[in-house]
Amino acid sequence: MKLDFEHIQSAHCESGVTSSLLRKSSLNKITEPLAFGIGAGLFFVYVPIIKINNGPAIAFRTFPGLIFKRTCNALGIPVVRKKFRSKEQAENYLKQQLDEGNPVGCQVGVYYLSYFPREYRFHFNAHNLIVYGKEDDNYLISDPVMENPTTLTSYELERVRFSKGALAPRGQIYYPKFNGTITDEQIKKAIKAGIKRNVNQMLRIPGRFAGVRGIRYTGEKIKKWRDKLGLQKAGLYLAQLVRMQEEIGTGGGGFRYIYAAFLQEAHVYLQQDELLEISKLFTQAGDLWRTAAVQAAGIYKGRIGSQEDFNLMGDYLIEISVLEKEAFLALKNIKWH
Amino acid sequence: MPQDMSSLGKITKEVCYATDSSGKYVTELSSGWDVKITALDAAWADIEERKAKAKQQVLNGEASPLLFFMEYRLMDISILSDYTGFWKWQIKRHLKPEVFKDLSDKKLQKYAEAFNVKVDDLKTMTVHEA
Repeated sequence: MKLDFEHIQSAHCESGVTSSLLRKSSLNKITEPLAFGIGAGLFFVYVPIIKINNGPAIAFRTFPGLIFKRTCNALGIPVVRKKFRSKEQAENYLKQQLDEGNPVGCQVGVYYLSYFPREYRFHFNAHNLIVYGKEDDNYLISDPVMENPTTLTSYELERVRFSKGALAPRGQIYYPKFNGTITDEQIKKAIKAGIKRNVNQMLRIPGRFAGVRGIRYTGEKIKKWRDKLGLQKAGLYLAQLVRMQEEIGTGGGGFRYIYAAFLQEAHVYLQQDELLEISKLFTQAGDLWRTAAVQAAGIYKGRIGSQEDFNLMGDYLIEISVLEKEAFLALKNIKWH
Repeated sequence: MPQDMSSLGKITKEVCYATDSSGKYVTELSSGWDVKITALDAAWADIEERKAKAKQQVLNGEASPLLFFMEYRLMDISILSDYTGFWKWQIKRHLKPEVFKDLSDKKLQKYAEAFNVKVDDLKTMTVHEA
């Protein structure tokens, strides 16, 4: 059985899944950048006490699952989300949804995801894909980061739905429960709500580790990494930062380019010219993240590595922090028509 | 738009957002970027080093083969605990060679399943994949 579903490749898995699942009811209007922006996806956090893969825990996007939830909430669309104890129940529920004609989003771990290249398989449990049918023992999979649709055997799918470790998906399935049509009015309202939420998330979140303050904090920490960790380990830490920022799923520049694209699309709906100017600030921020990544690469490739080089690296982040603060303040101060 | 060939690029190109000549955002496909390819290489070089070090510790009798397979499967004690159902303190004990050698077949089987290897290979630290 194969549901009427069109695979669309996107940059980021969760906003791609969200966009694809809302495609029909929005008549193609909820693009990936709109899903990302309405879901207030842009973020920064560095949690110094946690280690991931022996390196720093850094994220450029909001907590997994929130983009789908917030986008649907902002559009006034009810969401169904289920977790399972038993693998059998999880598969039965999936089959039932397919029988009823619903393509569904699944949270999965990538360590055993057979179609991913081995080099990309870490114990990362917050990947998202869509199941849109089953033929014999093969589930039809639309993985938004892949160019083409693919398949997983029922065993392979079960294994990734029940991967273990941090953020274990526990068979999680989700989909929007909505058969109507999303109007432009709904989209306009949702865009404003998404921007407001993202402003709060970056400017008002308490503590030193998150939001624009978190970027500055990380920049200051990086300057100390060389002495504290030694050159080799500090290089590995920077490599991890770059991977979180640029790896598949980010759209480049730590999601800043997707956000800039979102503001341009928001302008089409809301006709506030400030949005275009602020979009440029996010492009600049993305470019600066990339400049910082080139500097980091110089260090982990062993081409450079003096304290001066670490200072410059840290200063890039402090500069980005100032720039993003300016951009989010400008968003905050928009007087909506 | 960088087009440096990555291990992912051989399988799929990835979508990136970039501005066109008029400043409007469009999506483009990229097969990779040297800066992030080398970041991934650095991570794997570190994993290889950790594997080699773990193997030597096992050969020296300082740790049980579990340590090697944890590095091989990129697992820390917490992930291994989730996969096997053992408590973390139990795994810490099983990491001692003298405790490991007396483990029951049932317990060894749990570890073998978590690492996706055979029990015999687990004992002898043998891997069949590249």
